[in-house]
Amino acid sequence: MENVLKDTEAGRVPRTVSESETVIDPKLKAIWETAPGIRGILSSVDHKRIGIRYIVTAFVFLIAGGIEALIMRLQLAHSDLKILSPEAYNQLFTMHGFTMIFLYAGPVLSGFSNYLWPLLLGSRDMAFPRLNALSYWIFLLAGLFLYASFPLGLAPDAGWFNYPPLSGKDYNPGPNIDFYLLGLIFLGISTTVGSANFLVSLLRTRAPGMSINRLPILVWGTLTASIGNLLAVPAVSLACVLLFTDRQFGTHFFDVEAHGQPLLWQHLFWMFGHPWVYAIVLPALGIVSDALPTFCRRPLVGYTPVALATVATMIVGFGVWLHHMFATGMPVLSLAFFSAASLVITIPSAVSTFAWIATIWTGKPVLTTPFLFLSSFIILFVIGGVSGVMTGAVPFDFQLTDTYFVVAHLHYVLIGINVFPVIGGIYYWFPKMTGRLMSERIGRWNFWTMFLGFNIGFFPMHIVGLMGMPRRIYTYAPGLGWDTINLITTLGAFAFAIGVLLFLINVFLSARSGKLAGPNPWDAPTLEWSVPSPAPVYNFAIIPVVASRHPLWEDRLNESPERSSLTRGYLLNQGRETLATTVLDAEPDLILEMPGDSYAPLVLALALGVLFVGLILHSALCTGLGGIAIVIAILVWLWPQRRLGQVGEATHV
Amino acid sequence: MTYMRTFGPAADPVTSLGWGLTVICSLVILIIAGLLLTATLRARATTAAISSIPIVHPGGGLRWIVIGTGVSTAVLFGLVIWTMFTLAAIASSPEPPAFTIEIRAHQWWWEARYLNDSSDRTFVTANELHIPVGSPVQLKLIGDDVIHSFWIPALAGKTDVIPGQTNLAWIEANTVGTYRGQCTEYCGAQHAHMAEFVIADSAPDFKAWWDRQLIDAEVPSLDATTRGEAIFLARCGACHTVRGTGAGGIVGPDLTHVMSRHTLGAGTVPNERESLRAWINNAQAVKPGSRMPRLDLPPQDLDAVTAYVETLK
Repeated sequence: MENVLKDTEAGRVPRTVSESETVIDPKLKAIWETAPGIRGILSSVDHKRIGIRYIVTAFVFLIAGGIEALIMRLQLAHSDLKILSPEAYNQLFTMHGFTMIFLYAGPVLSGFSNYLWPLLLGSRDMAFPRLNALSYWIFLLAGLFLYASFPLGLAPDAGWFNYPPLSGKDYNPGPNIDFYLLGLIFLGISTTVGSANFLVSLLRTRAPGMSINRLPILVWGTLTASIGNLLAVPAVSLACVLLFTDRQFGTHFFDVEAHGQPLLWQHLFWMFGHPWVYAIVLPALGIVSDALPTFCRRPLVGYTPVALATVATMIVGFGVWLHHMFATGMPVLSLAFFSAASLVITIPSAVSTFAWIATIWTGKPVLTTPFLFLSSFIILFVIGGVSGVMTGAVPFDFQLTDTYFVVAHLHYVLIGINVFPVIGGIYYWFPKMTGRLMSERIGRWNFWTMFLGFNIGFFPMHIVGLMGMPRRIYTYAPGLGWDTINLITTLGAFAFAIGVLLFLINVFLSARSGKLAGPNPWDAPTLEWSVPSPAPVYNFAIIPVVASRHPLWEDRLNESPERSSLTRGYLLNQGRETLATTVLDAEPDLILEMPGDSYAPLVLALALGVLFVGLILHSALCTGLGGIAIVIAILVWLWPQRRLGQVGEATHV
Repeated sequence: MTYMRTFGPAADPVTSLGWGLTVICSLVILIIAGLLLTATLRARATTAAISSIPIVHPGGGLRWIVIGTGVSTAVLFGLVIWTMFTLAAIASSPEPPAFTIEIRAHQWWWEARYLNDSSDRTFVTANELHIPVGSPVQLKLIGDDVIHSFWIPALAGKTDVIPGQTNLAWIEANTVGTYRGQCTEYCGAQHAHMAEFVIADSAPDFKAWWDRQLIDAEVPSLDATTRGEAIFLARCGACHTVRGTGAGGIVGPDLTHVMSRHTLGAGTVPNERESLRAWINNAQAVKPGSRMPRLDLPPQDLDAVTAYVETLK
């Protein structure tokens, strides 16, 4: 690694230096620091700030979606209650689904990955820092756009799956559905640019030596999810555009009278929807695979099978969308194929499950709060998984589908596989983000309230589902035997909410007065723990050179004579610079000139917002202004800057 | 509404599969929970100082993955085979269906047309289907407005009713009784109140029921009911049909024999005098958002119409 980059006639030489951080730090800080005050807030492109913003915003939406759920649970606590009108209930369940799936579950993982990727990969920032900011601003504005419909009483009300003809103009003439369609298209832009950024960052900005067999599993998860998103999001954006033109311009894609096909929507939606399910769980599984071994004091069992299982899940995940549509009258042969695929997809999950159990079994588990969240996730994952097997068996799915059994299943998936690892992950990385540890004492209460509340609330839904209670009903008749279980579910849901509240309290208290963490409070093995807490704005004073999967455990594992170099490496301090490496082997290749703070992402996002507001208001003027503003913002963004020009290529020998 | 105990050949093989899956999946959960608890507790660290615990890298972990995944795959493979056999068993009825019921799903009620080769034995009813015990019946599901899903859990799984396409399903009951079902595809404001019932009769009872359904409504004999009929024709006839009278509307359910049905508003309320009266007067208070408008009849008129509808047996 010593002489990989050399002088060329035109090229600059990155120095390999070893200096004390006190000398390096002020200069790098001056280069990378975000401007203070409101200017910095609006223009920062620091991936760590953006990551934390993503997480905080996603949690605000989680709370909103949670309150919606609690109101619905009050209505369902007993038969024939009249707390909500049918219309109010239908808006609530639609918004609850949309919020949790699109505004919480996906973005919160984007937040983790935004915060962590450069730290895990040993780089100074994501490949496209401004795109990163754009992706956040669009996410925020799309969420606000959607929520603006609520106070107007015009929230979407055809379910998060929004099937036509119910979502068509004939049956839903108001702007409710337009909020849904435009909001989803708007949000899709955020997901798409974010995914592209993750991909390029992974391919080009890893530290030297970070070959693909040394990537943390979280990176594998987000990589897989990003590819999935890039392939899946166009399907749903297309579906939304088609339905929007049906509603506003009289096209007939889904219009039965004119031989349109309502099922076209379902295919496009689930071609997106099912891969999306994996996109919002695979990074979370990565959090578990990376953080759990730290508390078992050993490396993950079966790194390679787990990484491959991640990829395999996504690939098969593109071949199972029809299992959301088993009851639509498909030919038996299609049913058989998609049913088999839906059962096969369990196999990679089994690989990961046994890898985690073996890691705990053969390790020496330390029962901290993050360990509790991450290990209990395994059982929730298994419950959500086997109930998925039950729904994948097509004849039985004819019975299960659209009952509360599916509601139970999807909440074990989304809460069990997303929320539990996310909260475990926050306990784990909170010291890196804030410099302080979260309270273990509140943490125990937090964990047990959430775990018990969740299972008391959601496990009985399986049973009431088997007793035939359909989903999406705003009330039910007495005498069907559903009352008691629904009351238990409501109580459990409130207990779970108290657990989430304890978590928030812990975050607030610990951020102010938690124990100081130091660089590596968990004695964890990966690169992010080699830098101070909170992570400095430039991440790494020198770009490390990686020699194994566990740079901080090498001396103790002693698996090879090679050692990662964390104190000696490439110092890039002549501007905002980071190192580009080759795609497969992560050999040093180029020095990337990175852009600094910029308003362009915010302005572009706002311009897009104006365009979408114009569309919902049917205002040609507003839409046109938005369009013009978009063009201007893109021009300003892309206007060539001498500073960002590649001055010279460092040759690879 | 449970489907873990079923009463017909279109559902029974599925129920066995369902119980099988439930038992296997419960076992999997218990085994994994046991392994996880043991793994966590058997060698847990007793110190809170995490960095004082040595990092180890014992081998043998891969064996877990190989055995665990191997066993899971074998079980899954078995389940796939069981699933496919079950799918084949319910794909079509063992013997040809005795007759066909054409079902049109509306927001938020079910229209049922009993088909027969001879057109004078064809009739229309709503929300309550009668079938003869022991014979398969074909259902022709036709979408009308939005997507609904037809489901009688004790007799068969769901089949969606989709505008622009016709889906076929079949049911058969092997025991006399009333089986409740409910729409299971979200279909708008009153999705919650879109129940349907299948009543399995003995063969003679069924034939008697069918014969009775073919008869036109009787001409009212009392003053009150005669007045009620006149008001009905004026206020209700544009939407509802009562065969044998001038009421020929097709927006709402056929009411020729409405009093032979057990509920009103597709299972919303029991079909009793008080609820019938309330329904006629202001269905919006009973089933908000339903297509039946608020009539607000003067009390005497309301009594008369109620009395008339009560003659439609």
